[in-house]
Amino acid sequence: MLVGFPLLSLVTWLPIAFGVAVLATGGDENAPNARKLALIGSVLGFVVALPLYAGFDLLASGMQFIEKAPWIERFNVNYHLGIDGISLLLILLNSFTTPLVVIAGWKVIQERVAQYMGAFLIMSGVINGVFAALDAILFYVFWEATLIPMFLIIGVWGGPNRVYAAVKFFLYTLLGSLLMLVAFIYLFHQSGGSFSILDYHKLPIPLPAQILIFLAFLAAFAVKVPMWPVHTWLPDAHVEAPTGGSVVLAAILLKLGGYGFLRFSLPITPDASHALSGFMIALSLIAIVYIGLVALVQADMKKLIAYSSVSHMGFVTLGFFIFNAYGVEGAMIQMISHGFISGALFLCVGVMYDRLHSRLIADYGGVVNKMPMFATFFMLFAMANSGLPGTSGFVGEFMVIMGAVKANFWYAFAAALTLIFGAAYTLWMYKRVVFGAVANAHVEELDDIGVREFLVLALLALAVLAMGVYPLPFTEALHTSVNELLAHVAQSKL
Amino acid sequence: MTFAMPNLQPAAPEIFLLGAVSVLLIVDLFARRGSRFLTYVLAQLTLLVCAGITIATGTPETVHTFSGMFVDDPMADALKLMVYAAVSLLLVYSREYITVRGMYGGEFYSLALFAMMGMMVMISASHFLTLYLGLELLSLSLYSLVALQRDSKVAVEAAMKYFVLGALASGLLLYGMSMIYGATGSLEIAKMAEVIKSGHANQTVLVFGLVFIVAGLGFKLGAVPFHMWVPDVYHGAPTAMTLFIGSAPKLAAFAFIMRILVEGLEGLVKDWQGMLVILSVLSMAIGNITAIAQTNIKRMLAYSTISHMGFVLLGILSGGGNGYSSAMFYIVTYVMMTLGSFGMVMLLSREGFEAENIEDFKGLNQRSPWYAFMMLLIMFSLAGVPPMVGFYAKLSVLQAALHAGFLWLVVVAVILSLIGAFYYLRVVKLMYFDEPTSREPIAPQYDVGFFMSMNGLAMLVFGIVPQPLMGLCAWAIQKSI
Repeated sequence: MLVGFPLLSLVTWLPIAFGVAVLATGGDENAPNARKLALIGSVLGFVVALPLYAGFDLLASGMQFIEKAPWIERFNVNYHLGIDGISLLLILLNSFTTPLVVIAGWKVIQERVAQYMGAFLIMSGVINGVFAALDAILFYVFWEATLIPMFLIIGVWGGPNRVYAAVKFFLYTLLGSLLMLVAFIYLFHQSGGSFSILDYHKLPIPLPAQILIFLAFLAAFAVKVPMWPVHTWLPDAHVEAPTGGSVVLAAILLKLGGYGFLRFSLPITPDASHALSGFMIALSLIAIVYIGLVALVQADMKKLIAYSSVSHMGFVTLGFFIFNAYGVEGAMIQMISHGFISGALFLCVGVMYDRLHSRLIADYGGVVNKMPMFATFFMLFAMANSGLPGTSGFVGEFMVIMGAVKANFWYAFAAALTLIFGAAYTLWMYKRVVFGAVANAHVEELDDIGVREFLVLALLALAVLAMGVYPLPFTEALHTSVNELLAHVAQSKL
Repeated sequence: MTFAMPNLQPAAPEIFLLGAVSVLLIVDLFARRGSRFLTYVLAQLTLLVCAGITIATGTPETVHTFSGMFVDDPMADALKLMVYAAVSLLLVYSREYITVRGMYGGEFYSLALFAMMGMMVMISASHFLTLYLGLELLSLSLYSLVALQRDSKVAVEAAMKYFVLGALASGLLLYGMSMIYGATGSLEIAKMAEVIKSGHANQTVLVFGLVFIVAGLGFKLGAVPFHMWVPDVYHGAPTAMTLFIGSAPKLAAFAFIMRILVEGLEGLVKDWQGMLVILSVLSMAIGNITAIAQTNIKRMLAYSTISHMGFVLLGILSGGGNGYSSAMFYIVTYVMMTLGSFGMVMLLSREGFEAENIEDFKGLNQRSPWYAFMMLLIMFSLAGVPPMVGFYAKLSVLQAALHAGFLWLVVVAVILSLIGAFYYLRVVKLMYFDEPTSREPIAPQYDVGFFMSMNGLAMLVFGIVPQPLMGLCAWAIQKSI
């Protein structure tokens, strides 16, 4: 490993450069080239991210692969990148997902192909930037920059109600982030003129101010996660977005919120986090239980998975705010695993939607008779979504529940209910869609998945199983960073 | 009686410009009708030479001349250079537009350059008389520019409105100035400031005068509740003139505020700060909320201007070098964005067709992906979304306001700019999500296309490297205040 090689910059800017190149291929007459270039770019993006894991020192504390250069001297803003175990896994997840999204849109997207592929590649690079940024303004710029491609993806290639969904998505997230920006500016003046996130971690802040900052961060991150009751943009956005958009939204964009809690809320305002932990846990449990019930009654598969995402992300925020190693590590594992599973489920719905142009459960039935291979994959992901041992869905949920038992039995009890609800809504949907006799003439005409679809689903199935059977490589990467974070959070900053 | 020759060097750009405009008028007299290209080129050359002179004679020190009536400091130099750039760009954008609409006379160029001279005098004034002189030179030229399309009812109506309300504003300003003169016994800004600081001036008369001055400034800037003329004039004037009114003069207006409120009346900061708070909040609120209801893009941009002026005032009222330089940075980026957005409106217009309705942007992405992308950059920049330069403008103003302790103002500003984001998003939505109603190809002339692209990309480039422009504003303010 070359010392001082700007690997993180490469991971961030390579997909963006490829995205711009893909955009430059122009109109749809060049679509095949745009697709190939996008595939090369996304695979290369994943390949250059791998050395991050290989060169990552599992035992070292603090940030690694640090890059720092002055950017805006006027406000002492630096181009400051660096990762710990938490951001490492999320960057890998993001880089892994991008090629899948490109392949998933290979045939389905026939209009403005270059713009579609370009938007995803640019977004992929920008998201890596969010996870790697150690300067608040740099973070904010990347954070907001993700909105523009996603807004266009939903609005241009989305379903019938796409305009409403796109605008709602944009304005909801913008409101949260603007309040976060105000918090950053406050911290800038409080710290004597620094935008460095690591400086903020050490900055003593009085409790009333901490609470206000915590709430400002909460506005940004809760919308992104999304937590109950600010989750309502998510089902709309998911339903209207094209398959690739839903995958990135569920697998990656929601993680930005979770990441924000770990990088900002907990370490910068630890006392406020403790003071408001009851409130946060309550919101998380409502998301887990109530949204789980909401998912049960959905008629639209995408909506069902969207609500299931909200419920599963409730586990993540629950894990964060019980302040023990099981909880936080489990929540992180849950985020990664949810990235695989929800992405895979949206791809499965996409596979059916491409053939039948319907997402309604009632339009299907007996799919297994026509698509046995697909039904097998779908089964695996449905099981993983309900937390079956041996799949990645089990590991995270189990760890969070264990952590919750330590904190309070009743938290754990309420959280464990989701194992029942989760199984209920996922498997019931699966039963109605896949099993039984062939429901109608349209289903009769279905043909099984092709090589391209097989490849994408197989890769995800592999990831889900590997993580479920042998989660050590993931937990190992997290261990030092999470312990350090918890030690930091335990100290008062008043 | 001795007569000392004043030092002419600080005023060299203005003197050259006056000579050049006179030459231009005469040349235009002999140029063939229908071939105004020569006038156009001469005007651009004049701007180039002015820029050269300003750079050559610029010093980091503050130099007064003409018995303290005229000042040359880094802020003036920086603002003048930006004015040249803005005027040059708007001449490029409007050439075809005015040709097609029969306004392509030499008058356009001489009036534009006279207006610019007015701005330069305003920027460099250090005396109430010079300040007023510059303001009137600018305003009278603008009134006639708006009325240039004399067979258009709407344009003449807009010119009338502009003239009557502009004259009213000038009257208010003059009245305020006379009050201040009465209280301090001086028209020279520096001496006035001394008298006010010494505390010998009658406070009641001073504040009385200040109210009129702030009201006059509010009119000129288009801040609520003195904004009524803005949407009508922006809407009614030919787009080329709207572009003119909306862009470069805002730089001069900024200098005007700096000279009067900051340099002259700093002793009354507690009084005018409160007034500006009201103007600022109202402008942001009315501007952003009313813009949502507009269907005409020129009206929408007019209301958006009002809201942006609220942000500029927020920077100024935050005070200190930090606040003033952030306001200057804001106004500079605002001028860039205005040039781009109105330039795009003109780019979509053709003979006999004004792309005035927001609906005319429908499906632009399918007609011309490149210009749709440029417009997207400009719209997101206006909305203040990173990584566009508009974000850094908002960031610097907000941090200055928070530093000055206006937390509630910052939160209000943030929420109102969220509301503002909605109508910029709507333009993007129409361009990208909707089907085009017209398939007319978009093929601007090469120079227009080139500068339009530069203008759009500038949003992104200055967003990725904002330091040079930000640093320049900070340096200019720090050296001049």
